[in-house]
Amino acid sequence: MNQSLTDVDSHGEHHADHSHDSRLQHHFATFEQQFDAAKLGMWLFLGTEILMFGGLFVGFALQQAAHPEAFVAAHHHLDKKMGALNTVVLLLSSFTMVMAVHKAKQAKRAAMTAYLLVTLACAGTFMVVKFFEYQHKFHEGLLPGAFYKVQHIGEVPNQFIFFSFYFMMTGLHGIHVLIGMILITWLVIKGRTGAFDGKWYTPVDLVGLYWHLVDLIWIYLFPLLYLIT
Amino acid sequence: MAHYAPGENYLNSPPGLWSWLSTVDHKRIGIMYLWSILFFFLIGGLMALLVRIELLTPKQTIMTAEQYNQVFTLHGAIMVFLFIIPSVPAALGNFVLPLMLGAKDVAFPKVNLMSLYIYWTGALMAVGAIVLGGIDTGWTFYTPYSTSTGGAVSLMTLAAFVLGFSSILTGVNFIATIHKLRAPGMGWFQLPLFIWSMYATALIQIMATPVLAITLLLLFMERVFHIGIFDPKLGGDPVLFQHFFWFYSHPAVYIMIVPGFAIISEIIPTFSKKTIFGYKAIAFSSVAIAIVGFLVWGHHMFVSGQSTLAGAIFSFLTFLVAIPSAVKVFNWLATMYRGSIDLRAPMLYACSFLLLFSIGGLTGLYLGAMSVDVHLHDTYFIVAHFHYVMMGGTVIAFLGGLHYWWPKMFGRMYNERLAAIACALVFVGFNVTFFTQFVLGSRGMPRRYYNYLDQFQPLHAFSTYGSWILGAGLFLTAGYLLATFRKPMDAPANPWGGKTFEWETQSPPITHNFDFDPVLLHGPYDYRPAKPRENEPVAH
Repeated sequence: MNQSLTDVDSHGEHHADHSHDSRLQHHFATFEQQFDAAKLGMWLFLGTEILMFGGLFVGFALQQAAHPEAFVAAHHHLDKKMGALNTVVLLLSSFTMVMAVHKAKQAKRAAMTAYLLVTLACAGTFMVVKFFEYQHKFHEGLLPGAFYKVQHIGEVPNQFIFFSFYFMMTGLHGIHVLIGMILITWLVIKGRTGAFDGKWYTPVDLVGLYWHLVDLIWIYLFPLLYLIT
Repeated sequence: MAHYAPGENYLNSPPGLWSWLSTVDHKRIGIMYLWSILFFFLIGGLMALLVRIELLTPKQTIMTAEQYNQVFTLHGAIMVFLFIIPSVPAALGNFVLPLMLGAKDVAFPKVNLMSLYIYWTGALMAVGAIVLGGIDTGWTFYTPYSTSTGGAVSLMTLAAFVLGFSSILTGVNFIATIHKLRAPGMGWFQLPLFIWSMYATALIQIMATPVLAITLLLLFMERVFHIGIFDPKLGGDPVLFQHFFWFYSHPAVYIMIVPGFAIISEIIPTFSKKTIFGYKAIAFSSVAIAIVGFLVWGHHMFVSGQSTLAGAIFSFLTFLVAIPSAVKVFNWLATMYRGSIDLRAPMLYACSFLLLFSIGGLTGLYLGAMSVDVHLHDTYFIVAHFHYVMMGGTVIAFLGGLHYWWPKMFGRMYNERLAAIACALVFVGFNVTFFTQFVLGSRGMPRRYYNYLDQFQPLHAFSTYGSWILGAGLFLTAGYLLATFRKPMDAPANPWGGKTFEWETQSPPITHNFDFDPVLLHGPYDYRPAKPRENEPVAH
């Protein structure tokens, strides 16, 4: 990942005296060391995120094993088309995020901003679609636990447990999307002043990693919740 | 390199309260953590004394049964989440770890400060839970009781959730720091063993805490929205809660004890004036404990309807933990063998640790054996066992570390004679309090009970008297440590003859830690007579 940094070094733009560039924190010797530390820290943090969602996945698997008919019956209430649309939207946003990181590395400010804005638009689309899905479920009373309102004769019992997991998982994921949107907006604002170049684009890279994780979790959530057989 | 006026150090420069609250200096953050955790140690300790006074007689002594349930719950929750878990890593570790690496700071100083504020937020929420109705579930929050009882359980679970984030951030910071900010010449096997243990601790923190986070979040949702995941009335599975809870909380026991090992590995070579015996064995045993510690959670559930086969596997894995633990103890003893032992206060605590931790660890094997555990489960035997590990192990090591680094942190020496007396009081008081509880438990006294049979009263009274001796020792410690602030700074840079980097800078250190660029020239425990070695880097 440090190819570009090394290139900058070899072109002589990167001098031994770092004290003039305020972007290098005092406790690091080089930009490379600072970047590697930040990236390692981000990967560790993403590991904790996966473990946190992992708890929900384990709980889901166990409860699905305990109430298989209920989970199959309940998942028919989800709109597969909306879920598929959101999957496509997020996959696209991951691509534009990669491009934004790439452009930040090349110090192409306008292109980076454009890609970030497209990513932001995708994230917004995802949330709007999610809003309509939630609205539909609130309307139908397909709610977690004690708030579950659907009572048909011959209904498979315990379907509300599925919706408990549905709302916990997509809700927690949605919060992560919102946080990602805030972070991308921050990058757009910060990037307008030309803060990022090949020597220092750490925030873009880290937000990019975070965004891919958000995307990745959805890629697991979509088949898990929408495509049960 | 900046120049420093004489007498200038991280404590007084820059001055002012705001400079402390907005600091990103790992030493100041460590000190603020230190005062915070000591405050909660005091609160949790006072609650422990109240519990013991209540148990002086059967039936009511000083409080009602409801109050008793709340006091022992808060004692446990405060001690675990607000004192022991952050005690060594966030307080002492924050101060010492970058110094030991020869670094100017941790990798992410702002994240470090954020973790402190998150800790304070969680602490305020926990205090809020105490004021707004209290909690009576025990620190384990077992469902379905915790989803049906009143009080401020929801707020307390959110507080523990928030505190978990502070713990994760410290762990992430330490791992990145250890990987990326070691001084030139410092390879993985030249690291002080404190660092190895901190690394193992940080690994557990970042791998286990997220699972607690989601568990507590689900518990909170269960209480508020009745989502039916843990509540059996709604089709949920209460044993799933126990699995989730102990998947975090058993590794959390190692988050608490491994930092104790970290400190002991520093104190013993320094006060034996001898190279550590079995460096690699001690280093790898920390990592081994971190890994095996993730596979033993089921030993908390031998009587929760777990299958016998699963129980047998968990029991076997539990026995495995004894091996790396014993490796450490024997290596420390071998380090002391024929050393030039200097029984200063930190070393007195280290020796206490060796005895108490050995008892705590060995009684863990009793409890790890399924058939024995069925009899001892939820008795005072287990209370005694984990207090021998958590207090006799971690807290004693923490006190040793506090005495070891006090001159470095505050530039002041304490009264050595009073320190020895206090250590003796703590040691005697601790054993009188808790050894008695092994006897009580093996005779069938259940834990967490408010009332008990008359036949247990003499032993309960004996245990309570022990708690007073223990309390006296700890208050004496607080007294002479605070008294050091009444005299001028008198600590030399290296009062104990330590060989790690933190002793090469002044006491207390300057803001940027070193007024030179540290380069490793000798191993962390190199007490051999000075003579050139083949593999030693050439001095600059």
